[in-house]
Amino acid sequence: MAEATHEVHRHPAPTGFIRKYIFSLDHKVIGIQYILLALTAVVVGLIMSVLMRMNLSWPGTSWPIMGTLFPTGAPGGIMTPEFYLSLVTMHGTIMVFFVLTTAPQGGFGNYFLPIQIGADDMAFPVLNMMSFWVTFVGFIVILLAIVAEGNLTVGAWFSKLGVIWEAGSGTVGPIGGWTGYPPLSALGKIAGPGQGAGMNLWIISIAIFCVGSLLGALNFITTLLNMRTKGMTLMRMPLTCWAWFTTAILALLSFPVLLGGGILLLLDRIAGTSFFIPGGLYVSGSTVPLHNGGSPLLWQHLFWFFGHPEVYIAILPGMGATSHILSTFARKPIFGYRAMVFAIFAIGMLGFFVWGHHMFISGMSPYSAIAFSVLTLSIGVPSAIKTFNWLGTLWGAKIRFTTPMLFAIGFVSLFVAGGITGLVLGQTSLDFFFHDTYFVTAHFHLVMGVASIFGMFAATYFWFPKMFGRMMSESLGKFHFWVTFIGVYAIFVPFHAMGMVGMPRRYAQFGEYEFLKNTHGLVKFVTVAAIITAAVQLVFYFNLFWSMFKGKKASDNPWEATTLEWTTATPPPHDNFAGVAPEVHHGPYEFSVPGAPKDFIMQTEPAGAEIGAGLGEASGNGGNGHKH
Amino acid sequence: MAATVTSTERIIDTTVGGGPRPRGGNGFPKNGGAKHGEGGESMRFSPERYRIGVWVAIASILMLFVALTSAYIVRSASGNDWQPIVMPKVLWVSTALILISSMTMEVSRRSLKQQSEAGYGRWLMITVALGLGFLASQVFAWRQLVRQGAYLASNPYNSFFYLFTAAHGLHLLGGILALGYLLLRTTGKRGTVENELRRVGAADAATIYWHFMDGLWVALFLLLFFWK
Repeated sequence: MAEATHEVHRHPAPTGFIRKYIFSLDHKVIGIQYILLALTAVVVGLIMSVLMRMNLSWPGTSWPIMGTLFPTGAPGGIMTPEFYLSLVTMHGTIMVFFVLTTAPQGGFGNYFLPIQIGADDMAFPVLNMMSFWVTFVGFIVILLAIVAEGNLTVGAWFSKLGVIWEAGSGTVGPIGGWTGYPPLSALGKIAGPGQGAGMNLWIISIAIFCVGSLLGALNFITTLLNMRTKGMTLMRMPLTCWAWFTTAILALLSFPVLLGGGILLLLDRIAGTSFFIPGGLYVSGSTVPLHNGGSPLLWQHLFWFFGHPEVYIAILPGMGATSHILSTFARKPIFGYRAMVFAIFAIGMLGFFVWGHHMFISGMSPYSAIAFSVLTLSIGVPSAIKTFNWLGTLWGAKIRFTTPMLFAIGFVSLFVAGGITGLVLGQTSLDFFFHDTYFVTAHFHLVMGVASIFGMFAATYFWFPKMFGRMMSESLGKFHFWVTFIGVYAIFVPFHAMGMVGMPRRYAQFGEYEFLKNTHGLVKFVTVAAIITAAVQLVFYFNLFWSMFKGKKASDNPWEATTLEWTTATPPPHDNFAGVAPEVHHGPYEFSVPGAPKDFIMQTEPAGAEIGAGLGEASGNGGNGHKH
Repeated sequence: MAATVTSTERIIDTTVGGGPRPRGGNGFPKNGGAKHGEGGESMRFSPERYRIGVWVAIASILMLFVALTSAYIVRSASGNDWQPIVMPKVLWVSTALILISSMTMEVSRRSLKQQSEAGYGRWLMITVALGLGFLASQVFAWRQLVRQGAYLASNPYNSFFYLFTAAHGLHLLGGILALGYLLLRTTGKRGTVENELRRVGAADAATIYWHFMDGLWVALFLLLFFWK
């Protein structure tokens, strides 16, 4: 009788195309869907950043194709400042939400968290499917926001919905910035171009995104707490699982706050309430009527209470993947596993108490500013623990320099380079100068943007063989790594210098500022670096899709790694372990254990394997030529 | 099988079994190597996930209301336009209804634990009726306010009042839908042990959620009319 219940799979493998690939309940398919969404969104965001660079370097130049696509945003092909601002807004929004939040957590987390803990799926497969499709709808709405403002025909269609939906201002979408600061974002059309229907759709898209992320977070937490296989104690989980778990907690507690703020902002715009709109506001040559007493700072508090955890939502999965990959290719146990777990948790939890450092110049009390500053700097402690442990893992190791390893090392480098300026910006006195300069842009692009993306590149090259049964090309991968690695430093190191001379963010042009005359060469250099770095991503896309069909066939455990995903077939069967629950006897990073027959011990190997002989031939699936 | 469901713990006891696990089957020879009587646990359904899931969901919903409440407190101090409305008396009826519904929900859950299918269904139905009554009473309060000319945008206090009641009402509506789903599952043939476990787990989760909705309303009621 027991046997019968054990062998029941909660949902049999679907056969129809729609149930198998579109509305799939399989966490692996949903993970790939999330990754495809991110791969699509990142192209949109990247093109926007290149357009921004082009406008900054060669202002007033006519780009005929832009004139054709956006006749009002770029009349005659010359980008207007409003057009530039909308690019800034949409680049930030799409990158932060639809790339950095979807791929690391929804993508790789969805695919590998259940497998790494030995579960057959997520706890709530239907919720999992919904979380992806809700997120997908959010992405469609954000694209609609671009079209509604940028395209006169669609804009006119929205304008028929009433005054508050007036659109077609000719920008390329809302221009409130990814932070959507009121009062301008709360006023509607009166606040200028890009503040009509596009802004409504922007808020709605973010609200939808919040719901999707919450469903995902609920699933991740429940799965991890409830569905670990026999022997998979918390302290035997791979650090990736700890990172995804912490990320899910952050998402669970921070997205509702953004959702609440978004509802209030939308009500201000469409229902005439005054949550964020103060009285007597003078905008575009007239006083704003009918509003009174609102507090724009309230939005900043709500937004940044979400916004700061959000940057950890973006980077923690990258930290998890990096720890995992460094240990695997250093052939050494991760240095200080326990410390790493506590550091992940500490970073996540401290992240809830530092939102005020985004608001130092908002006129807050210096006493609160000091409290926020001290808490912010204290995040340096767990961050340093992680960094030193990564270095400790690499110390004296016989490193296998594969592409995923290179990207993982790149992650550490970028995390340090970007994180160190966090200590500068976290101090109120210095932030007074640096706030809203390129120094800030440099800081968060390195530490949250590029470092997270490097984590995802590492994860892609590392897990691709498990997901698709083929290896990605190592030579293309290494070329991709070196150009991207040098490229991102070439882009963002000069940003620090620009920030130090006081170049402000979000400005469309700098031509008329005498004090910025010396930076023009640097600005052009950055643009060239950005275009090269963006172009080389085509190599990554080519490698990805080419390898899916033509790559070298991969074995079940090509990297000689230890965790559960490498014990199952490639690609994993519908219920991950073909009806057999794996049993875990080892920690996740048992590499080079003295006395063991091989230099790695799978988590499923029976206890005592490291001293027992004769197990070597039983696991004949390691090593297919990736030793260096 | 339904008659055998006394508690989830009991069922776990009877279904956790030994027996040799199939070996291999996934292309990795060592994977099926669990010892006799071990392993296989994760492939067994555990109703605990419904309870964990609902607590996690509650944490998230709580954060939404914490955010709105802090906005309420900040906004009440940031302008001179804050004018609390006189409480519509019907809100006392709402409060009474939801408090009673929490009790009937608990009776319903205990009926299921005591294998009383009829009692379970009956009390579930009563709870749904009370929940709908609560929503009707809330809508009645809204209509009363609208008749007095107290609209969403007339005053920040009003904005928050409508927002809180609407947000709470929507979440309660979700609870009512969940109860409706439980009701649908009370009829028809009994399924496997796993299906029964699922039913008990879902009933537990719905009960926890319902109590949370009850407590949340009381908290909002106190905040809106008795705070300060």
